[in-house]
Amino acid sequence: MIDELKRAQEFLLALPHSRALGMEIVSCSGGEAAILMPYDEKLIGDPKTRVVHGGAVSALMDTCCGMAVLAHPDEPFSTATIDLRIDYMRSASPGQTILAEATCHQMTRNVAFVRAVAMDEDRSRPVATATGAFTVEHKTEATS
Amino acid sequence: MNRPRPEPIQQVKQRRDAALNALVKSVPYIQFLGITFDRRGDELTAQLNFDEKLVGNPMLPALHGGATAAFLEMTAMVTLHWTVLWEGIENGSLDPEAMADGDLPRQPKTIDFSVDYLRSGLPRDAYARARVWRSGRRFASVHVEAWQDNKDKLLAQATGHFLMSSSDRE
Repeated sequence: MIDELKRAQEFLLALPHSRALGMEIVSCSGGEAAILMPYDEKLIGDPKTRVVHGGAVSALMDTCCGMAVLAHPDEPFSTATIDLRIDYMRSASPGQTILAEATCHQMTRNVAFVRAVAMDEDRSRPVATATGAFTVEHKTEATS
Repeated sequence: MNRPRPEPIQQVKQRRDAALNALVKSVPYIQFLGITFDRRGDELTAQLNFDEKLVGNPMLPALHGGATAAFLEMTAMVTLHWTVLWEGIENGSLDPEAMADGDLPRQPKTIDFSVDYLRSGLPRDAYARARVWRSGRRFASVHVEAWQDNKDKLLAQATGHFLMSSSDRE
């Protein structure tokens, strides 16, 4: 269990963009993933309110959804985003860490369907939700 | 009935560039991603200058889907804001110098953003242009397209809806 988490964190750290955004794995197994993104001034989108830009939340959601796909019991070899829709419910409070939780709720031979939610320290009011479709590459399907 | 002489070209360019610069420089996340904007008249083209930290898959390597999404959203948002401010910049009610000093009109807020990934992003610069299809008092709808080497082969496209700051009750 700990090894699985450690492997997921190593995988995440190997993705330069995720590392640049300071993402940390909280959990990752059984088609579910949770990732933290600490507040950082370089992520500010609105200088007046000092709120993190939606794009950074999108990057966190995209990463978390991808990790949920890779954590699916079918063990896909790799994945890529086909489509991702984000709904922004409210601004994340400046200074607070953002937590994303994703669930890969359906997996077909070629496509994985994922839902995710992002929260700041007030877990009762989501900052954003996401729905995505991801490609699924299986290890066994080695084609030319 | 003499038509007023048109403004000298340098003055026009200086004003528009200063306003755009103020808008872009004020956002830390634009600097972090390394996005720059080219302007032709009122048309903007955003450029995501390639950097190692934008990579998602180091094996291919490919741009991170999140970086692509952020680039599209930033392009849509800046283009929308710029479009709304254009009149004020042109008629002088907005002062680029005051804008540079931090006196910036409130940004539109993203309501939703839907990204359609068409190709994996190569480890090189990407470009994007947004089109504001509707910009009302409260809501705006913006479409944005990004490409790399060939404009006919889109990297990704997205549609977003935005809440206009003028509709905020402060």
